[in-house]
Formats: sequence, C-alpha cells, structure tokens
Amino acid sequence: MSAGPGLESLVDQTISVITNDGRNIVGILKGFDQATNIILDESHERVFSTKEGVQRLVLGLYIIRGDNISVVGELDEDPDSRLDLSKLRAHPLKPVIH
Amino acid sequence: MLFFSYFKDLVGREVTVELKNDLAIRGILHSVDQYLNIKLENTRVVDQDKYPHMITISIFDWESVDTSFKILQFGLSVRNCFIRGSVVRYVQLPPEGVDIELLHDATRREARGG
Repeated sequence: MSAGPGLESLVDQTISVITNDGRNIVGILKGFDQATNIILDESHERVFSTKEGVQRLVLGLYIIRGDNISVVGELDEDPDSRLDLSKLRAHPLKPVIH
Repeated sequence: MLFFSYFKDLVGREVTVELKNDLAIRGILHSVDQYLNIKLENTRVVDQDKYPHMITISIFDWESVDTSFKILQFGLSVRNCFIRGSVVRYVQLPPEGVDIELLHDATRREARGG
C-alpha cells in the first residue's frame, strides 16, 4: 500500500470539483499532475442558490490550477442524471479561508 | 514525515475531515500522500441538509435521501472523494486509532531533530 491518493483511477470519469472559492465544476477528468492541476473536458459549473434551483453554466474544456482545488469527487452518472437540480436549493459554499 | 506515517497507519479507519470551508466529510480513509492529500471511501457529508453540494458526489438514490441512516442502509457502490491536503482544517480520528504515548515520543524525537 504505497500508492497515494492519486487521481489515476478517475481519469476519463465524470468528477465534481469544489474549488477554494466555493464553486462546483463537473466534467470529465482528462489529466492531472502532482500539484493537482486538473484538465476537465465537457465541463459545466453548478451554481447553487437559495432563490432558485441549481443553474448549469457550460464551460467546455477547462484547466483548474491545483492551488484552487478543495475536493475532487467521483460522480456516478446514473444517480446524478436522476438528480433534479431544479429542485435543489442551498447557500453557495463558503470560500476556503487558509 | 511523522504525520504522513501516522496517517498511513490510520488507513482503513473511519475519519471525519473538516475543511477550511466548514464542510465536514466523513468516510473510510483510503489513502494519504506526502502532501497529506486524503482519499476517502464511502463518504457522507456531515450536515447534508445544509451542504447538498456533495450529494452529486455521493452515490445513492435521490428518492431515499432524508437521513444519513438511510444513506448508509442503501450504501450503494463506491463513493470516493479526494481532498487536497491544503484545505484540511482538522481530521477527527477514531479514539482507538490514537496512541498518545507513541505520538508524544515521536513528536519529541522530531523536535530534537530526529
């Protein structure tokens, strides 16, 4: 057990990234490096608000600098596609304060 | 390297990772690296109602979500997440995973310079 928590196993899978400024970006992981810089394809941002459902903003191919990444989650497409984003309401996530 | 080794010994235990954005994620520690990046399995967000943002990360039947008890019960397949070491505020450990004497000794040794 020496392999660290790399992102190898998530390549070509749909992932959900939470950034330090509290944004949530969903896309297909195409590449990453040791600084957790990430390349996402077919990405979109999910904007949470309390006033209306979750908005999807299409971003396309995206590179996120590792410094700005908080959490990378494996996304299972089936339950996710059944998720009714228009009914999901929440405060936007707080930014990371170091 | 002390805390890296320490966390490596905790692999397989259930921990709660509190992030610097106040999100707290509970899960089985899968792996850790030199930056103290952490990978968790079977994750669930503490206070899911307030933070549904990670629901899309967790894998379970949306209809069944009203308590964490149910989420556990349905416990569908793998729900993994990678947490960057730089955003971790605290890691809450299982009490049985902490050997205070050993940590005392190790930190003192480290402070003396190996």
